[in-house]
Amino acid sequence: MIIDIYDKLTILSDSAKYDVACTSSGVDRNGKLGSIGNAVKAGICHSFSADGRCISLLKVLMTNVCIFDCKYCVNRVSNDTLRVGFTPSELAELTINFYRRNYIEGLFLSSGVIKSPNNTIEQMIKSLELLRNVYHFGGYIHVKAIPGADSELITRLGLLADRMSINIELPSQESLKLLAPNKTKESILRPMGLISTKIQESSTDLVKFRHASKFVPAGQSTQLIVGATPDTDHKIITLTEGLYKKYHLKRVFFSAYMPVAEHSLLPSVNTKPPLLREHRLYQADWLLRFYGFEAKELLDEQHPNFNLQVDPKCNWALNHLEQFPLEINKAPYEMLLRVPGIGVTGARRILTARKSSSIDFSGLKKMGIVLKRAQYFITCKGKILDGLKITSDGAIRALMANQYLLPSPYPEQLSLFNEPFITREDVQQCLTGQI
Amino acid sequence: MPDRTDLIYAYDGSFVGLLCCVFESYAQKEIPSVIRPPGVQQSLFDTAKWIESDEHKADRVFNSIPARISSQAQELVKLGFLTCAPHKELLIYQFLRLGFTYGSQVMTMLTNDTVCALQKAVHHLTSESHKFKGFVRFSVYGEALVAVIEPKNFVLPLLSLHFCDRFRNEAFMIYDKTNSMALVYRSQKAELISVDELTLPEVDATEVEYRRLWKQFYTTVAIEGRNNPRCRMTLMPKRYWGQMTELMHD
Repeated sequence: MIIDIYDKLTILSDSAKYDVACTSSGVDRNGKLGSIGNAVKAGICHSFSADGRCISLLKVLMTNVCIFDCKYCVNRVSNDTLRVGFTPSELAELTINFYRRNYIEGLFLSSGVIKSPNNTIEQMIKSLELLRNVYHFGGYIHVKAIPGADSELITRLGLLADRMSINIELPSQESLKLLAPNKTKESILRPMGLISTKIQESSTDLVKFRHASKFVPAGQSTQLIVGATPDTDHKIITLTEGLYKKYHLKRVFFSAYMPVAEHSLLPSVNTKPPLLREHRLYQADWLLRFYGFEAKELLDEQHPNFNLQVDPKCNWALNHLEQFPLEINKAPYEMLLRVPGIGVTGARRILTARKSSSIDFSGLKKMGIVLKRAQYFITCKGKILDGLKITSDGAIRALMANQYLLPSPYPEQLSLFNEPFITREDVQQCLTGQI
Repeated sequence: MPDRTDLIYAYDGSFVGLLCCVFESYAQKEIPSVIRPPGVQQSLFDTAKWIESDEHKADRVFNSIPARISSQAQELVKLGFLTCAPHKELLIYQFLRLGFTYGSQVMTMLTNDTVCALQKAVHHLTSESHKFKGFVRFSVYGEALVAVIEPKNFVLPLLSLHFCDRFRNEAFMIYDKTNSMALVYRSQKAELISVDELTLPEVDATEVEYRRLWKQFYTTVAIEGRNNPRCRMTLMPKRYWGQMTELMHD
């Protein structure tokens, strides 16, 4: 059987696709005469696949040969599958030719572990050196570090890439031990700490020496699998917060577990991926990064999982009704951000508009505030919205919960229809913590 | 100031021309109710006042914007002119009137209908141009790259910097079918030229091969169990598909 570049691309993108990160954000870099490519801080999506995910980078494995045996992974050594690999020049040609046609923003390179973690990283360095130094590629490169590799090699790899990631995948040590016997918490967190330190050193060097090389200027990220193990949302979101604080990660990605393997320790292959749960975790992640929330405000030991019917911010607001209603014309930015229906853009617009005149409900509407949700939590010039009746906390809760029984704008929530609807009573019980 | 409801200005469709309409309105102390670009159908008894383009007058208006309002307002007006907002001329004119009255404060009047409409139109323009930074698809013809787009707004001026920086050593052209314009970049120089029609030759075997590889990657990377056509449609509406390699039929 002859394996051509088409087959390799098919196999190596198919086995890389479960890595959800495809962002090309975090760094601005101008193009240079004699080279091709630049990088844009906001990131650019070049297409969207049939599953609605952004395609920004050519996401492939260098090879799907792997000596590890992680139970949840399609490339595990015990899986009987065709093994192939790109040569450095095949990979460079493919990247450059896709990039010239504006198909992609750059390359996302990951790999199975070939002989040893060190050997694998050496191969990846070879590929990226060819791309950067011979093809003069200035576009975005996201590279996966291999757990267990030497720090000297990780440092060299980091100088060629814009972003580096090490996937934690399983949110607890117990889960790792069961399902990824070749990885340990230590083998993942040690390089993560190394990358974090290198990034900080690099930014201080840049202050001192203008031409110092940049070490992963777009920062590092990681991924956690949701739903393969019994770990709770509380555990996941607390871990996420810790990673942002301790390792200064740029992003933590969540991936609803897609059953790809039959194993007694894993959910059966017929299990539906918990897409709505993944969506709630992303919403909570946004609250941590942009809305000034702390993980402990969102979940605790008594409420270890997110309510699937109500988003985390709304849930928080309903449990803190004593802080509402909020006067739009006086409330500080931090509190505006906590109103359901007001986002970062909306809150900034309110601050701007307040400078020239006081705001009423029709003004809020013009600024793009979602009144349908915000109305229960705000007053404008001391008044609540005309015709709005609030009899008791119960009414508000019911009203908010009812909205979620309607077909929602979030496509992810379609999975709701596969289950019986949760009733209003359930939601109230859930909100008051009686379940 | 006489507010004649029937006063119509007609101008040559250029940004300079529009600024001259503003100049005329202040010089004559009159307020037009319509500012008409060329090519718009006029009614039988239409008595539009023709406003001649004059660089000097336009400069005076343009330079007065940062001086009397703010440089952000100047930027907003410049971008506003590239939008596809219906009656964008009148919108810009009314925004400037507000600006010359209230000064820099006009930029905070987000609940004012005119300010709100202009900001929305500009947001539509900038978000469309951001989308095209990703959705533009080049085909290789010999040494040159060629792409065709069908945008709603006039996005080429906004795309110019991005693509010229990215493809410094290339020669490329982006043809805007909607506005019959093309951005042409060669030998490190970019220009916008008017192009009525573009007929492209057949592509070569290498081009066909890379299209095939890209289509295959596009199909493979989607996870079947997460299929979500509605989400894709929201993020990448169908009107873009016509010019995107991965969604074209062979």
